[in-house]
Amino acid sequence: MAFLVGAVLVVLLTCLLFLIRLYIVVKSGSNYKPGTKGSVAVLIVAGSGGHTSEILRVMECLSAAYTPRHYVIADTDRMSEEKICTLESFNQHSDSDPQFTICRIPRSREVQQSWSSSVISTLNALRYSLPLVFRLRPDMVLCNGPGTCVPLCVAGLLLGILGMKKVLIVYVESICRVQTLSLTGKILYPISDYFFVQWASLRDKYPKSIFLGRIV
Amino acid sequence: MKTVFVTVGTTSFDELIESITTSEAVQALKARGYERLVLQVGRGSLLPDADSCPHVRLEAFRYKDSIAEDIKQADLVISHAGAGSCLEALGAGRPLLVVVNDRLMNNHQLELARQLHMDSHLLYCTCSTLTETLRTMDLSVLQPFMPGQPKHFANFLDKALGVQ
Repeated sequence: MAFLVGAVLVVLLTCLLFLIRLYIVVKSGSNYKPGTKGSVAVLIVAGSGGHTSEILRVMECLSAAYTPRHYVIADTDRMSEEKICTLESFNQHSDSDPQFTICRIPRSREVQQSWSSSVISTLNALRYSLPLVFRLRPDMVLCNGPGTCVPLCVAGLLLGILGMKKVLIVYVESICRVQTLSLTGKILYPISDYFFVQWASLRDKYPKSIFLGRIV
Repeated sequence: MKTVFVTVGTTSFDELIESITTSEAVQALKARGYERLVLQVGRGSLLPDADSCPHVRLEAFRYKDSIAEDIKQADLVISHAGAGSCLEALGAGRPLLVVVNDRLMNNHQLELARQLHMDSHLLYCTCSTLTETLRTMDLSVLQPFMPGQPKHFANFLDKALGVQ
């Protein structure tokens, strides 16, 4: 009996500790300046079609300080890999080894997939996201909306909660989103360190967001 | 030869391909002087034959590495509402008619089409109103589209992250 009470207490304490850590990690974003150490390792989530086009337009302008760049694409995505390689070879500044990698994880959700099966496939993607993010230890995760980014951002958050590394979550909502956030945006809004929107109507609705005009 | 380029990006949008190749739609295009119709069908199951539309010169393909050339050659672009396709057509300065796919989850694409339409950068319709739109549309009202500024994002991020 005492053992049971003890076990329940331990579980509750762990949950409490987890929540406190979560709060601290989410609030610490603006103080973390990985650029001061010279380079910023980035994990870039490339969703399909338009998501990839948008995130690559954003990537084009980032300086050489953002390196190494780890692109993560869904295993069923055929087109993104080519687009990424084209961009990287175009931006290559010297003959040294290209400072980018491409990794694949199971897709969290296909277009038009039902909600209930989406939960299952997202959890499946988490199984791959956790070891990947734990291995790569990026300074920042850059994403713009495909379901694929949720498990990766959660893995980054977990890295921070466990005290292993602070991973900044930088989210750029798609230009498609004018009046309402995407589902991914709604999920990541409370935990993102920098949350960008591209239309003024969204900045008004989501006060924590950053509006710099149209980015892409 | 006045050309219409139809694109669905990386998606499947059979309804659009079907709607644009009906005899009524083709007639509406011909009435406006379009003689060539190029279809990029993506993942769709419909890939029309070159001879399936007798009154126009029809070409159809699934994907190309780049559709920039097809967009450049088009006098009118008819596109699904995907951001990449829209931005590519608008960036090339082509008149754009967006057809919204009302079978998508939450139909989020409609928001962008509506906003860009409100700003007079494109016209939009659905598959069921496509032919009517082709008959009555006025492309002269369209305004040029200024490109976005990814540099602002890069500068902001550099400052926020302490990048020298």
